[in-house]
Amino acid sequence: MSATVMPTTRGAKLLRNPAFVIGAFIVGACAIIAVIAPWIVPYDPFVIDLDRRLVPPSFMEGGDPRNFLGTDQLGRDYFSRLIYGTRISMVIGVLTVITSGLIGITMGVLGGFYGGKVDDFVVFCITTRLSIPAVLVALAVAALRGSSFLLVVLVLGFLLWDRFAVVARSTTMQIRNLDYVSAAWCAGASKWWVLTREVLPNIATHLAVVATLEMALAILLEAALSFLGLGVPPPLPSWGLMISEAKEYMFFSPWVIMIPGIALFVLVLGVNFLGDALRDMMGTDLSR
Amino acid sequence: MLRFFIRRFAVAVLVALTVLTLAFLLTRVSGDLAISIAGPNATQQDVEAIREAYGLNRPLSTQYFDWLGRAVQGDFGESYFFRDRVANLIASRMPVTITLGLVGLAIALVVSLPLGIIAAVREGTWIDRVVALIAMIGQAMPSFWLGLVLMIVFGLQLAWLPISGADSWEGFVLPGIVLAFSAIPSLTRLTRSGMIEALASDYIRTARAKGLTRLSILVKHGFRNAAIPVVSIAAVQLGFMLGGSVVIETVFALHGVGFLAWESISKNDFPVVQAVVLVLAIIYIGLTLLADLLNAVLDPRLRTA
Repeated sequence: MSATVMPTTRGAKLLRNPAFVIGAFIVGACAIIAVIAPWIVPYDPFVIDLDRRLVPPSFMEGGDPRNFLGTDQLGRDYFSRLIYGTRISMVIGVLTVITSGLIGITMGVLGGFYGGKVDDFVVFCITTRLSIPAVLVALAVAALRGSSFLLVVLVLGFLLWDRFAVVARSTTMQIRNLDYVSAAWCAGASKWWVLTREVLPNIATHLAVVATLEMALAILLEAALSFLGLGVPPPLPSWGLMISEAKEYMFFSPWVIMIPGIALFVLVLGVNFLGDALRDMMGTDLSR
Repeated sequence: MLRFFIRRFAVAVLVALTVLTLAFLLTRVSGDLAISIAGPNATQQDVEAIREAYGLNRPLSTQYFDWLGRAVQGDFGESYFFRDRVANLIASRMPVTITLGLVGLAIALVVSLPLGIIAAVREGTWIDRVVALIAMIGQAMPSFWLGLVLMIVFGLQLAWLPISGADSWEGFVLPGIVLAFSAIPSLTRLTRSGMIEALASDYIRTARAKGLTRLSILVKHGFRNAAIPVVSIAAVQLGFMLGGSVVIETVFALHGVGFLAWESISKNDFPVVQAVVLVLAIIYIGLTLLADLLNAVLDPRLRTA
């Protein structure tokens, strides 16, 4: 079997791909920062110091070497808040992908595997989901229930499963009649065995690409919801919330929105690079 | 052909009815509407009075069928806050949102069609890779942040354009650019892959053999065929853009339907929120239906679906 040979050649190919190297570096660095945040921040990100508000970053004119990225409108250390913000974005991204992945992959695989009425129902659910304006519904639910970290994860998870379902369905359809699946049937495998041991492992790479796309989208949507005041509640240092709170000062000190905005952009770009490298590796184009 | 139209239309109606039901459930299941409307300082009597006044004390099924019956006739009730018919409110705000959507789509097409065609013609070269990078940067850009940055640069530092409001056409330029960013990546990639497929086909070889000019081959033979999927995705993208306009309209204080939804959400004005969700969903359903039918007309192979 070539199964033992494939990963090494694929791995070597990935390491030669600049998109993969840059993407893995950004996402890996953010993951590590998210985990070790409490040990690397110079100050407590929640401590307010009203005497030292909106101090510019240390590399700018009027900066103070004590605060590398300056302080916010309440005198909180901007660098420490940015570091903690990495945590929020990463956790929201990962948890949303897990929730939406569970929903979408289950629906897509069942639809693609069984076909017929089951598939009609799955396609109908996907069509309905796509016609619902996601941002608006997320805002409305957050307003009704009162926003919280958990609510953002749940709402995004229940809204972003469509692409998982679309890709899982079409890839399952492509492989359900292939020889190795038929061979498993002939060998007397149960439906559960065929689904989990034959179908899922063979569509996993495609699903990994979708996972990166959805993670990027979830991070951007959380930031947008927090920016509109209905995402992660203050005083949590979500990057979107940091931009929202600093917005009234942006015309006098643009760095207050540039710093969290660039962090957000770089992380999402890194996630997209990873997805693109995975897509290249498979040699297929899944983008819509 | 007729069979396909009828089937596709029936599915669209069914989806619309499902969204109608979901829009109703959205406001009833996710919390007690009367308590939300009454606000944090309300007494038990206030809440009861609101339940009575808005008919929220009736059985859920009665409320649902009452609302459904009116909604299919275009009657979405009265706004709690604006003291006006919801349908009137939406109708008066719609032109701004549609203008914004069309400006955004136009900018997106003007940018992504040439980019996609150039990338396809120079497939595999550094130009192709730069275009792919541009698409990826567009995809990673947080729209609300891009809006703020453009306001600082073009509104304040260069003072070329207004930073908010829609008093003149200039007010639509910055929000249009931001909205276009969300559609440019997918439109560029689709144009590129469609052009690559078209340029590899036999009729292009024939056209080359006939000695036609490069431009004529690209535009008349290549792009015309690559445009079919682009047209349908453009329609779908317009639907997504209208749905996503809530963020951009709020950033730029453009008083369209998205801004109306935002105002209503923050004021617990749920008849309006429900109606906006519904109207945007129905526009999207209509646009995808149109796109499917257009595809079927342009490409007979799809009619059997």
